[in-house]
Amino acid sequence: MRSRRGARAAALAAFLALLALCTLSPSLGRAQAPITLRVWHAYGQGSAEEQALRQAADAYVEAHPNQRIELLANAFGAYLSKLESAVPTGNGPDLFIDAHERIGHYAERGLVAPMPAPPAGSFAQVELDALSPGGTLYGLPLSLKCAALYLNTDLAPEEPTSLEALARMPHAPGDFPLVFEAENAYYVAALLHAHGGRLLDEGGDYAFVGPEAHATVAQVRDLVQAGATPEEASGELVKRLFASGHAASAISGPWLAPDLPESLHYRVAPLPPAVEGGEPMRPYLTIEAAYVATHAQHPGEAAALADFLARGPGALIRAKVGRQIVADRAAYDDPEVAGDAFLATFRRAAAAAIPMPTDPHMRLTFEPAQQALRKVLRTGVPIDDALEEGARRFRDVTRPLPGPSSPTPAFVLLGLFLLALVFSMVRRLKDPETRAALSRSMPAYRWVAHAFVAVGLLVMLPLIVGALTSFFAGHGTDLHYAGLSNYIEILSARGGDLLGHGSFWLVLCVTVLWTVLNLALHVAIGVFLALLLNRPTLRLKGMYRVLLILPWAVPSYVTALSWKGMFHRQFGAVNALLTALGAEPVSFFAHFSTAFTANLVTNVWLGFPFMMVVTLGALSSIPKDLYEAAAVDGATKKQQFWRITAPLLVPALAPAVAMSAVWTFNMFNVVFLVSGGEPDGSTEILVSDAYRWAFTRSNQYGYAAAYAVLIFLLLVLFSKAAARGLARAEEKKA
Amino acid sequence: MKRERGSLLASFASHVVLLAAVAFAVYPLFWVVSLALTAGGAPQAQIIPLPTHPSLANFHAVVGHADAERGWIFGMQLFNSLAIAAATTVAALAIATPAAYAMSRFDFVGKKGSMAALLATQMFPGVAAAIPLYLLLNAMDILDTRSDLVLVYATTAVPFAIFQMRGAFDAIPRDLAEAAMVHGATRFGAFVRVVLPAARPAMAVTALFAFMTAWNEFILAATFLSREEVFTLPVVLQRFVGEHDAHWGYFAAGAIIVSIPVMALFYWLQRHLVGGLTSGSVKG
Repeated sequence: MRSRRGARAAALAAFLALLALCTLSPSLGRAQAPITLRVWHAYGQGSAEEQALRQAADAYVEAHPNQRIELLANAFGAYLSKLESAVPTGNGPDLFIDAHERIGHYAERGLVAPMPAPPAGSFAQVELDALSPGGTLYGLPLSLKCAALYLNTDLAPEEPTSLEALARMPHAPGDFPLVFEAENAYYVAALLHAHGGRLLDEGGDYAFVGPEAHATVAQVRDLVQAGATPEEASGELVKRLFASGHAASAISGPWLAPDLPESLHYRVAPLPPAVEGGEPMRPYLTIEAAYVATHAQHPGEAAALADFLARGPGALIRAKVGRQIVADRAAYDDPEVAGDAFLATFRRAAAAAIPMPTDPHMRLTFEPAQQALRKVLRTGVPIDDALEEGARRFRDVTRPLPGPSSPTPAFVLLGLFLLALVFSMVRRLKDPETRAALSRSMPAYRWVAHAFVAVGLLVMLPLIVGALTSFFAGHGTDLHYAGLSNYIEILSARGGDLLGHGSFWLVLCVTVLWTVLNLALHVAIGVFLALLLNRPTLRLKGMYRVLLILPWAVPSYVTALSWKGMFHRQFGAVNALLTALGAEPVSFFAHFSTAFTANLVTNVWLGFPFMMVVTLGALSSIPKDLYEAAAVDGATKKQQFWRITAPLLVPALAPAVAMSAVWTFNMFNVVFLVSGGEPDGSTEILVSDAYRWAFTRSNQYGYAAAYAVLIFLLLVLFSKAAARGLARAEEKKA
Repeated sequence: MKRERGSLLASFASHVVLLAAVAFAVYPLFWVVSLALTAGGAPQAQIIPLPTHPSLANFHAVVGHADAERGWIFGMQLFNSLAIAAATTVAALAIATPAAYAMSRFDFVGKKGSMAALLATQMFPGVAAAIPLYLLLNAMDILDTRSDLVLVYATTAVPFAIFQMRGAFDAIPRDLAEAAMVHGATRFGAFVRVVLPAARPAMAVTALFAFMTAWNEFILAATFLSREEVFTLPVVLQRFVGEHDAHWGYFAAGAIIVSIPVMALFYWLQRHLVGGLTSGSVKG
């Protein structure tokens, strides 16, 4: 007994120490320098760019001994939303680094402060213009990024005269004359520009339609069909094929170079003309810039640091260490920088590139354009149909927001509701029986009060506030009250066909199918394996149990990506297996049925261990004497299963199945990571659709919140029905 | 004789089926391992994922992340993840267990309503709550610390924990605690000394769930934390995936490192796990 008490005291002490460590230790890291500048960026960990930034920051601190710099490397996937929430609340950095595309958005939201103009002639005027939405300069250009042509000099000694010529180059089987992300609108845009088209016109309208777009897509399709460039090429595939010497050339940006091995002989050239004697391909130009955040604690010093990084010593360090194509013109007077052919070529390519428009609609063109490309490349849909569909998609996302409505009816309703609530509470409190019940409840409240406060404050409150945003419309934090119009738009499929593409009802059908099939397979596989593992004579039980639980233990965002790789058309393991068995390889993400199956297999893999473990537990709680008695009575194994095991399993599994149903209904990771909604958004489920409205379709949080509320209501209905069904089943038994 | 052969055949068949299931369970993990051990190399349509030039370079790069000023950063981040997940587990259990006990043993006004509300929190997609939560933590002035994450994760884990624990308490005979109280224990004393030990398997499962909630979470951690020294491992992992380039090798190596503590915990808890999940599962 004493040792147990001792153990308990030790556990308590350990917990308190842990809490203290959690609260105290952050303050240990802060040294007491007079001024600390906080700088945020999203460079990859350990990248040359990050190293260069660190060295440049060190050089700055050396020149300004009373200042300190705190660099923070952010995950790119969370960078934008983090800036959006941190800067307005005063938790943001002094200075942050980001591409210029989002500057219009930043300026609109008031996240960036005006920047003092640099000395004339330091930067190209185009670059400064790109950083001055509405005529005010907000950032200083650090470096330029655009695509160029990487040539493997062993396979392609000569610079190609055109993309056409490049594609016709003879190549060994398994090798490619050219690798690039053929389904990525960013890269295809370079070709589109050569054909005289563009993604977005001056008026902010989608322009990936018409003869220019047709010619572009046709050329890309021919490249893929001729085997000149790989199918379903991701950035990773491009990198690995070129780095391993299996590609004569690659279209990529400066970010490819750090990953190429030293043994590879390559050089860089500006992109060639699309067709023989035609216009050169013009990639988009991205200008990476340093911005002073609003609410910066030291805006003056931050601006000075931006200047230091953009021009002079900072720029030289970034050019030499990070091999960045620095915007600072003077840097190219340095002999080492001037002598770097890589920098010189990319600088030439950048000069010919088209600065990415800062119109907020620009970001919205990529998804529909990509969908159109995939449709043509993977499913062979006629080009013009696919392009037209893309334009429709763009209009759907950029449709005008519902206008502001008067909040008066809502206030009146809310007021009436509160009044009724207070009235009924008062009436109930007057009732002596209720009062007696309340006073009897007092001891119980002492046990639940802390849970009530904690869950109420940190779980319920944010959810309720989130749910309330569904009555607002707008982008990001710029919201206005819109009444029920979000709900009306969703339920009416935004005026389109009720079972048409992307409509709530169609996605709901897919979600229900998804949930039902998943649950059926989870339960079938889980119960079957548990029954096998429960055989008393089975050996190696422990080993099987641990190995079968593994899918549950490894983080699902990693294994889901691993599954996605296994379903790749050309390099995936599943197709390798099919080919070995003599079947034709399948393009999994080209058809709804196969893409849905890919998601399903992944999620069954992730989910069956949970069901198996639950069943094992339920089986172990069935008394053994029941079976013995049955055996004495001469029941066969089969009879024992249907008469004893099954009836006792059902009630034990029902709650876990219900919980699992809720989780599967909202299983975002698998759908988002494996099929990503492919083909054409058809395998999207409600949650992943809501996520897209919130984060990739111009931050329509209110619209996404309305989706969330509808999902919630559906699940509540479902659980009510399930509870009723279960109760009825139990009644029948009794 | 005939019967024996039948059972031999059955046992052989069950091993075959189980081995097939194990192959299905483990095969995708081979790909993760292979990717983690590959430092470059050409993509190939392989059935058996063997790394062409196996090397530990990826692991080295991930684990060795350090700098002169702050020391071994990866170690600090590993410590953060462990500390946050451990504190979350303890806090979630501390909050949920008494509440679950009350839900199981007492009748009180609002019990049904609160159970329904708890279930409801599981049904509401979290996407919509991140921004309000940020504003709330900012108002409480605890952003950017490890405690803010512990608070958020623990409360997120509480509803499911209450369900789990309540089911477990329901299954424990009431006389157990009452006998102790007859012998002079207070209700709380009886709860701590008699009921809790009996609910150990369910507590093990609940602890595992709470730990996993905190251990794998990425979005909130990435949004709330603004100093590299307080980052958790999932945030670090996501940093290997950039805008234009992704270091899948690092990503896979990091993922393997991240799953080691979870697997160890699984292995250690699996004796409790079987039994814990059903006795403590949700009873609507």
